[in-house]
Amino acid sequence: MTREQGRLNPPVGAQDHAQGSAGAAIALVEYGDYECPHCGRAYPIVKRLQARLGAGLLFVFRNFPLAEVHPHATAAAELAEAAAMGGRFWPMHDMLFEHQDALDDGHLLTYVRALDLDPGDLRKALESGRPKERVRADFTSGVRSGVNGTPTFFINGRRFDGNWTDEDSFAAALRAAAPPSS
Amino acid sequence: MTANARADGSLLAAGARAPEFVLPREPGATVSLRSLRGRPVVLAFYPADWSPVCGDQMALYNEILPEFQALGAELFGISVDGAWCHVAFRETRRLRFPLLADFEPKGAVARAYGVYRAQDGTSERALFVLDGDGIVRWSYLSPIEVNPGADGILDALEGLGGRRTA
Repeated sequence: MTREQGRLNPPVGAQDHAQGSAGAAIALVEYGDYECPHCGRAYPIVKRLQARLGAGLLFVFRNFPLAEVHPHATAAAELAEAAAMGGRFWPMHDMLFEHQDALDDGHLLTYVRALDLDPGDLRKALESGRPKERVRADFTSGVRSGVNGTPTFFINGRRFDGNWTDEDSFAAALRAAAPPSS
Repeated sequence: MTANARADGSLLAAGARAPEFVLPREPGATVSLRSLRGRPVVLAFYPADWSPVCGDQMALYNEILPEFQALGAELFGISVDGAWCHVAFRETRRLRFPLLADFEPKGAVARAYGVYRAQDGTSERALFVLDGDGIVRWSYLSPIEVNPGADGILDALEGLGGRRTA
């Protein structure tokens, strides 16, 4: 009678921020927090896995800011979502993880400038309320999917409870998730 | 005032009456399960205070607390740590829900719910959702190293549906 725990809900879809081809055999979804040091450690690992697995891997990032322990996490997440409204999600995502020790408002503004984004446009995007809504929706979907901390990864819709810090075994788990024909 | 240990040590399952208990919720103050009748109760047994920060189960529930409250439920963490240890842990992690001290006699409540780990002297990582009548409506034993998340709890609370009174 118990529903299986740790199933991604909703599945990867058009609303997601994704890198790679939509038809990839393996979909890796991360629920992360820009201020979480573990997510900071995961960031280069994911980059290397993307390089290793190439076109076979679709990578999706969803927000799961732990606001109680990370005071800047929500603002950072909303900024990335605001950048996304202008088509610049990934550059901001990368910038935030590469500077995750300095996420106060003053630093966020320097990242906006460094990426040649217009602060006025971003302010308008933030004021529209859509980034906030988006971050909250991601968080809720994470809770319903069995996210149990950050980062939490899902491989083809199933929560990965293995050790993501071991890059080789993470890569092996990803490869094992691909259908045999691919 | 605590029920006896489960003879076979197995997890208390849905349909069972939840064993009553009175435990410290902070130094000098106790909570009795019976006093919580009329609203759903979530009991989250975990092995010990002071596990690593970001992946910590109690920190996660702290973030999700508004969702539990929206469903009318009262959430309690419970471990064999003492009340003063819980105070320090709650303050450090800024937890906004109570942690019960199953400390003396050690693990008695965990034993009554079938979730004591004698080899480690801690409880298992286990979840119970009780309805407003004190009946277990859902229980789950997690592998000790896996934080079970909250999806199962929320599903179970929603499943109580019309029994919600808060």
